[in-house]
Amino acid sequence: MPDNAVPDETVPDQDVTIPRQQGPGGEPLLKVEGLVKHFPITKGVLRRQVGAVQAVDGISFDVRPGETLGVVGESGCGKSTMGRLITRLLEPTGGRIEFEGKDITHLGVAGMRPMRRDVQMIFQDPYSSLNPRHTVGSIVSAPFKLQGITPEGGIKKEVQRLLGLVGLNPEHYNRYPHEFSGGQRQRIGIARALALKPKLVVADEPVSALDVSIQAQVVNLLDDLQDELGLTYVIIAHDLSVIRHVSDRIAVMYLGKIVELADRKALYETPMHPYTKALMSAVPVPDPKRRAKRERILLKGDVPSPISPPSGCRFHTRCWKATDVCKQQEPPLIPLVTGHQVACHHPENIPEKAVTNVPA
Amino acid sequence: MTDLSKSGAVGEPVRAGAATPSAFLDVRDLRIHFPTDDGLVKSVDGLSFQLEKGRTLGIVGESGSGKSVTSLGIMGLHTVGQYGRGKARISGEIWLDGKELMSADPDEVRRLRGREMAMIFQDPLSAMHPYFTIGAQITEAYRVHHDVDKKAARKRAIELLDRVGIPQPDRRVDDYPHQFSGGMRQRAMIAMALVNNPELLIADEPTTALDVTVQAQILDLIRDLQKEFGSAVIIITHDLGVVAELADDILVMYGGRCVERGPAEKVFYEPQHPYTWGLLGSMPRIDRDQTERLIPVKGSPPSLINVPSGCAFNPRCPYADVPKDGVTRTERPELRLVTGGEGGRHHSACHMSQEERTRIWTEEIAPKL
Repeated sequence: MPDNAVPDETVPDQDVTIPRQQGPGGEPLLKVEGLVKHFPITKGVLRRQVGAVQAVDGISFDVRPGETLGVVGESGCGKSTMGRLITRLLEPTGGRIEFEGKDITHLGVAGMRPMRRDVQMIFQDPYSSLNPRHTVGSIVSAPFKLQGITPEGGIKKEVQRLLGLVGLNPEHYNRYPHEFSGGQRQRIGIARALALKPKLVVADEPVSALDVSIQAQVVNLLDDLQDELGLTYVIIAHDLSVIRHVSDRIAVMYLGKIVELADRKALYETPMHPYTKALMSAVPVPDPKRRAKRERILLKGDVPSPISPPSGCRFHTRCWKATDVCKQQEPPLIPLVTGHQVACHHPENIPEKAVTNVPA
Repeated sequence: MTDLSKSGAVGEPVRAGAATPSAFLDVRDLRIHFPTDDGLVKSVDGLSFQLEKGRTLGIVGESGSGKSVTSLGIMGLHTVGQYGRGKARISGEIWLDGKELMSADPDEVRRLRGREMAMIFQDPLSAMHPYFTIGAQITEAYRVHHDVDKKAARKRAIELLDRVGIPQPDRRVDDYPHQFSGGMRQRAMIAMALVNNPELLIADEPTTALDVTVQAQILDLIRDLQKEFGSAVIIITHDLGVVAELADDILVMYGGRCVERGPAEKVFYEPQHPYTWGLLGSMPRIDRDQTERLIPVKGSPPSLINVPSGCAFNPRCPYADVPKDGVTRTERPELRLVTGGEGGRHHSACHMSQEERTRIWTEEIAPKL
């Protein structure tokens, strides 16, 4: 790892005593270390930089082959910026991104082109992500043309196969996006993302613009495609119920940082970060009998501005457990239990033997 | 929800009630149609419900089911006319506290709007005027209905902002909407709606634009305010979780019609309509570690121009082929009483027999949820 790659000292040391989490596939498909993205704020005629929106500020995680990593957080926490950084639609300010062991952090457009076959994206809004003047056929076949690939049996046949794969009628090849409903448009976007048989699909809020009954259809489709094609997903969403349903592991983000990263079961059953706990308790549960019994943690106020985030732990301004140490020292993201990383000075639900691991 | 058909037996269709209703809000056979170039859009097509003071009714449905059009209709906010762009053809009756609003003078409805009935909109940024301060907008709503001077109105605005949890209300009252965060704007809009102590409060997707932690704050606020003011509340949402948190009664809309309504617990635990089953099956649950597939409703919502004849849900219904005695597909199912009794009355509009529905729910649907 180059020395300049990690500008933030809070990135956890990958110490020898803490074995790296590895899936059965061995090497991670995507490895992110100390990733930073600051958007400059300029002022005046000279466009002098007066500050920066610290959208993503030093995050590290792995994505293992075949798994689904869910990324969850409130608006403004940097989850979409993170998605755009790992697909290299944005240039990182710092840190390192490795895809299949290859450093892609600062690759240019030409350098990225071969990688684009392996990394694809599904967008949130099925209305603005499809060109209204192109037919479905030309939208779904665009990746072939851009990459100069002729699939076996010809482009048209392949596009029709893809349309069938995502549950659309292959006969609709010549129709325009406006002739489809929101759920069908999202399927077109998925067909386009799958055209080049990618290894990693990054989906940014893939179902949040859809109605509940349609949302379930698309969630099931993503599930089936993963089984069928062996895809690896990074699914970014604000809806904790959807994330619980689709993910194997989940990263919770708050103000540009990952505050907790754990397996689905561990995260939902024994959340350790107070923010995760509060976030989960805030979700309305579709069960009227439980409303009286529920213990809900109400957070005070709003998320602070990412232009001048709070010192120390970024959550201390809203945290009910915050003490002086939280204001001064930033907690590193460290595994307190095997496979359960958390960045907190006063974590919840810690097993007895792990207490010694808690940072002072 | 008290029902009109007090004497109605289980299975009997719901009949229109007496001339003067006893319920606080009584909507009868509301129809709101919009003529367009493509045909008549039947956004709301024969909707009836009642609501008492101190109760919360949740209206649930997907986009295009007619929930928002209903709320604007109750508030009298549609431009009424036979022809022309955006004109609505409205029929039916809306009784609010013994007064019929549909046949009332528009000036009289204007006097009621904001004072007796008020609304919270989904997007507070577009519902507020960007040129005026929060305080100016709240005081305007107050002074329209009360003959008080500016100073008294300002005092009232500060009091309300304090009540809805805005910090330093005496200072923030002079801020513009853009200086507030999303959650604070929604609080300010609730303050504006409550400034005249309305007896009916309609909240149309009040938390859809907000983050979950802020949503929890706003839902708590609405619940507390209802306890304090004892108003009747209609909460319109697509989120079954929000409804389960707040509503006493639930009305499920599909294709401009009510397919099921009843006490919240009945609708959640003994639902009697295949569409309600579909909604419950489509929903990923945060409270369960469920990795099996969701059970979505097939197809997409109907066009409101060509609503299927008969049951609007028929083309998507997995039980459309279950034999029903003496009923043809083109016959529209009426809303029928399922159970009466203590907890409130539960209605459903489905051609299947009640025994059949109960069997399907308990044997086929419930175990998979």
